[in-house]
Amino acid sequence: MAAISREEVAHLARLSRLAVTEQELDQFAGQLDVILQSVARVGEVAADDIPPTSHSVPLTNVYRDDVVQPSLTQDEALSGAPDRTDDRFRVPRILDEEV
Amino acid sequence: MTTIALPSYQEATSRYEPVIGLETHVELGTNTKMFCGCPTEFGAEPNTQVCPVCLGLPGALPVANRAGIEATIRIGLALNCDIASWCRMARKNYFYPDMPKNFQTSQYDEPLCTDGYVDVEIDGETVRIGIERVHLEEDTGKTLHVGGATGRIHGATESLVDYNRAGIPLVEIVTKPVPGIGAKAPEVARAYVTELRDIIRSLAVSDVRMEQGSLRCDVNTSLNRPGEEWGTRTETKNVNSLRSVERAVRSEIIRQAALLDAGERIIQETRHFQEDTGDTRPGRSKETATDYRYFPEPDLVPIAPDPEWVETLRASLPERPSIKRARVREQWGISETDMQSVVNAGALELIEQTIAVGASPAGARKWWMGELARRANETGVELSEVGATPAQVAELQSLVESGKLSDKLARTVLEGVVAGEGDPAAVMAARGLEMVSDTGALTSAVDEAIAANPDIAAKVRDGKVAAAGALVGAVMKTTRGQADAKTVRELILERLGVS
Repeated sequence: MAAISREEVAHLARLSRLAVTEQELDQFAGQLDVILQSVARVGEVAADDIPPTSHSVPLTNVYRDDVVQPSLTQDEALSGAPDRTDDRFRVPRILDEEV
Repeated sequence: MTTIALPSYQEATSRYEPVIGLETHVELGTNTKMFCGCPTEFGAEPNTQVCPVCLGLPGALPVANRAGIEATIRIGLALNCDIASWCRMARKNYFYPDMPKNFQTSQYDEPLCTDGYVDVEIDGETVRIGIERVHLEEDTGKTLHVGGATGRIHGATESLVDYNRAGIPLVEIVTKPVPGIGAKAPEVARAYVTELRDIIRSLAVSDVRMEQGSLRCDVNTSLNRPGEEWGTRTETKNVNSLRSVERAVRSEIIRQAALLDAGERIIQETRHFQEDTGDTRPGRSKETATDYRYFPEPDLVPIAPDPEWVETLRASLPERPSIKRARVREQWGISETDMQSVVNAGALELIEQTIAVGASPAGARKWWMGELARRANETGVELSEVGATPAQVAELQSLVESGKLSDKLARTVLEGVVAGEGDPAAVMAARGLEMVSDTGALTSAVDEAIAANPDIAAKVRDGKVAAAGALVGAVMKTTRGQADAKTVRELILERLGVS
């Protein structure tokens, strides 16, 4: 059985606001399925005494001091924006979502 | 929806028992953002306090701000929480332009602090509010909806975004559900947020100003009939003052009671508090509830607070505000209401410091709660930033007490101090505001007034002492108000031989 359904891929695409064609849905579902099956195989060999790994390096408590570093200039900050006003990023409105 | 007749609040709470819960967000007052070194100053030009990290540019890597971790732990300790020995940050994924990374760095199933409580007092009774969790996350950018008539998203055609606020550390404090408080629910909600604000202010980790958004509150409310299971809850957002917290719970109780009375069911939804009408209106429906796909943030290593560090932080917690208030109130000999005004004005520490450098409690309170509070209010700044220091206020009051300044002159001197002209004595000297205490100068002013007003002087000599008021006025005029009216009066009577 597939590890991820076509419907789940469509759901994820919707959450990410990605326009995915019907054909792409089939294609990505297949690709993601391969990835998930591979990960599931790792799960099979991981016994109870092996804790799930979230970080590849065994470090904790890496902090920086609360000291101001230079920011970008406004122009630098906005230079990569597809659209802008004088001082702000301009984006299309997101329908009916007010967070 | 059909309009349903609303029951009175009393009717509503006689038929139903409310359960409330509060989620509070506190913006920390660190110098820099949580995961990058950008400054956090309020009111900067849009998009000037941003960098590759908080803009989510490819390849940028976050590093946690130690001060943000420390502040969160101190808040947790002050709220009697357990501090996690190991926890992780998580990505909360959602698509919305207020976060350029497409996720918010937050905490999910491993909050830094859990299982605490806050006690509040209502009518002499202590109510314990359980704290479910205190976790650390980052604030989002500010969106401005344009193209529509209202500035709100409905009708807007586009949004303009300023990311200066994105990444500022934000602490979320979630209570456990609070049942069993009946009709007092609105009061309890308000008392809790007040106490929380005071505790956090005492820790000096945030300026906790609701009107500026550094303390924000969401209120959950549900109703059930006595003996039945808890009802479906609604979440009210946009509650921006202590008074609104109380009003939001109250109006939501009435609204839900009306629906239940009519046999309808409560829909689990987010509602928005309306400041003008005091009621709540539906917001985003939970039917489109977002699937956040949380997962541990791989770019930030786990947080494992050293137990010794935690104990050091615990040992250095300030006195609990409610305990401090009771102690100070007794020392100053003032009423609970006056004390509350002092606390609300942010004047407690300032008055204490003023007393510490020599002023009397009444003298210190008079200036901070009078002239200076008025100025702070008018100019919209914190009392601590109004431009006068505790030492200056103590000096001013001592000038008044030693008779060198009248209250009126002292206010003028204070204006000079606030305007940055120097300490009170220096301002007094520079502006020539010192009271005329030189008896010689005063006597000649009195004699002048008598000579200039022979008719009035005659009346006073004849025993119409009340007429002396006009002479006092004349002397005060020539001394530009810099004489003590009582002394002047005595001197006039003496010179006219009626004393």
